[in-house]
Amino acid sequence: MSASFLITDVRLIDPARGTDAPGWLSVEAGKISGFGEGDAPDAEGAARINAHGLILAPGLIDLRVRTGEPGAEHKETLASASAAAAVGGVTTMVVSPLTDPVIDTPALIDFIMRRARDTASVRVLPAAALTRGLAGEAMSEIGLLKEAGAVLFSNGHHPVADARMMRRALTYAQTFNAPCAVRAEDAALSAGGVAHDGEFAGRLGLAGVPALAETIQIARDSLIAEDAGGRLLLDLISSRAGLEALALAKSRGAPVTASVAAANLALNELDVGDYRTFARLSPPLRSEDDRMALVDAVRTGLIDFVTSAHDPQPPEDKRLPFAEAKPGAVGLETLLGVMGSLVADGHMTWAEALRPLTSAPASFLGLAQGRIAEGAPADLILIDPDAPWVCREDELVSRSKNTPFDARRFTGRVATTIIGGRIVHDVRRERAA
Amino acid sequence: MTEEYVHVFSQRHLLGIEGLNRLDAEAILDLAEDYVALSRGREKKSALLKGRTQINLFFEPSTRTQSSFEIAGKRLGADVMNMSVSSSSVSKGETLLDTAATLNAMRPDLLIVRHSASGAVKLLSRKVDGAVVNAGDGNHEHPTQALLDALTLRRRLGSLEGCTVAICGDILHSRVARSNAILLQLLGAQVRFIAPPTLLPTGVRDWGGEVFTSMDEGLKGADVVMMLRLQRERMDGAFLPSTREFFRFYGLTPERLHACDKDVLVMHPGPMNRGVEIDSAVADDPDISLINEQVEMGVAVRMAVLDILSRAQSNHPPRGGL
Repeated sequence: MSASFLITDVRLIDPARGTDAPGWLSVEAGKISGFGEGDAPDAEGAARINAHGLILAPGLIDLRVRTGEPGAEHKETLASASAAAAVGGVTTMVVSPLTDPVIDTPALIDFIMRRARDTASVRVLPAAALTRGLAGEAMSEIGLLKEAGAVLFSNGHHPVADARMMRRALTYAQTFNAPCAVRAEDAALSAGGVAHDGEFAGRLGLAGVPALAETIQIARDSLIAEDAGGRLLLDLISSRAGLEALALAKSRGAPVTASVAAANLALNELDVGDYRTFARLSPPLRSEDDRMALVDAVRTGLIDFVTSAHDPQPPEDKRLPFAEAKPGAVGLETLLGVMGSLVADGHMTWAEALRPLTSAPASFLGLAQGRIAEGAPADLILIDPDAPWVCREDELVSRSKNTPFDARRFTGRVATTIIGGRIVHDVRRERAA
Repeated sequence: MTEEYVHVFSQRHLLGIEGLNRLDAEAILDLAEDYVALSRGREKKSALLKGRTQINLFFEPSTRTQSSFEIAGKRLGADVMNMSVSSSSVSKGETLLDTAATLNAMRPDLLIVRHSASGAVKLLSRKVDGAVVNAGDGNHEHPTQALLDALTLRRRLGSLEGCTVAICGDILHSRVARSNAILLQLLGAQVRFIAPPTLLPTGVRDWGGEVFTSMDEGLKGADVVMMLRLQRERMDGAFLPSTREFFRFYGLTPERLHACDKDVLVMHPGPMNRGVEIDSAVADDPDISLINEQVEMGVAVRMAVLDILSRAQSNHPPRGGL
């Protein structure tokens, strides 16, 4: 493909403005050079691509992707994760500091960025550890890490248990306008829990994680954020009660945002079924009522971001008794299918489904991509909104295959993924090959 | 000439009471009656399982259940081998499924499995050709315990229909309580759950029985009290303040039983903590305590389970056969 081209006959969706109309878009030198409604203008010399009515939207920005690089390359590398991302329409992925070693020094940020530049096919932005070694005891070098390229300061799978440490870290991070992220799950209340604390887990004899673990942490950390200031992401909300605590915090003006994992929008506690460890997630899959509340919160914007919470685990960590298996699931390749199915079922519009995956995370991190605007990077996806497909574990590109969605039907699939004006994934081309 | 009705057992394994229908359960209990008679005779041995291999695979230490299964298998003529995996091979890094594959290659016909994790026995059963009996998985199920309890009660009361059984103690961590709750109701009994609130599972109110946090209230009108074992590590303040406080409010004492408006039978799956959940005067009273009978019924029920599963094997040929 030439450096400049024109995509015609698209259904152009810009989640930032909430627009959804037939139109066209042109790309020059890796950037969006023009777009509009109706018929495309004549453009001398530019290649024309007829999209036959597919959705054209900004590429997805995933705030929480875990890879095994460095330290567990057999699970996932930056290269294999980015290949999965391209298939899933994710053009920018923020990679978790939860690696071995933990990403808590500028040298390791530099390592991630160089490895990404040399091996990854999508944009990779590193998140750094908020506290040294993710231990929650001492803050990491937030200023130096940001200077090295860290875009987010995450505490991985855990909250910062010590309230004083949390307050200081948030206070200090403001100096560098550094966004911070913590899991919304009280460590003591969730200790030992492996499933939603409900009747189903009770009968299976599985220890539960009560929703209270989430509400307490949301309440505490949003109060700390209100006091200390800064920008705090409460990561992976899973319950209706948690949403109520979040709504209260936001109504008080606390500087907090929140995310949800796509799996929690599509599955519930019953998907654990016969001790299916691939459905062992953290936070756990909760009740259908919780799921519906989460879906609604995505539509209304109470939940700011949707993420794949991509967490590759090989069979030896999953084919175990339920409580002994590691939590987590791969999700990059099913992320858009989950959202498309919610749209197909009438829960939200495409613009509402895409906002928490494009413009909202872009604004949070201050990125130029994630919107349809002249001069913005041409990170784009074509979506076939009506395409039915079945997720097959063995067809996943990700190096680990631990998906809870094996054999699950979805509506809506990424047809083409474009990054900086360059096609990195195209369904038709790959089928032909 | 009338043909005798022969019930075909619906399962290949016995992984839990959940999934059994009433006919399955009654078929096991009826057959167990025969084995009670056999075990009480001088010549206790049958040749039914001659040539079959039974492996008792215990990932958790057990004396009673393991020896009960061992005697059951030997009385039926099977070659019985005990394997206590405890923590040794787990610490060597071998996974449950690797152990399963290794044992399966030795071609056992019957595998009796106990594991500390809920669902572990079911996971293992998917990877082996022989019939698997769950001898207790985590806090999930212990089906042969429930069956032996039902047999004990059926022999004493004639039928479980309409009788009220109060299950008391650490219900949260008890696989015995879960299996019994299902089986007793399947056989027509009414179930009550009595425990301090910290030892009640989430959602126990949907298990079909009444829930009490007061022992005295829960015992009123009950026909049978089924005490559960309270593990020492639960009593250090994490779930309960102390042993003596538990005994004071939930221990089964003669005074508590005398206060009941009728004669109550007492059961305990063992091993007992005397003076913690049960008073010796109650445990040792032959008029009301069924505890030793439970042990005897355990062997008979396990013989019946081994018998019925090995018969069912002809309906479910092994996957890997020659």
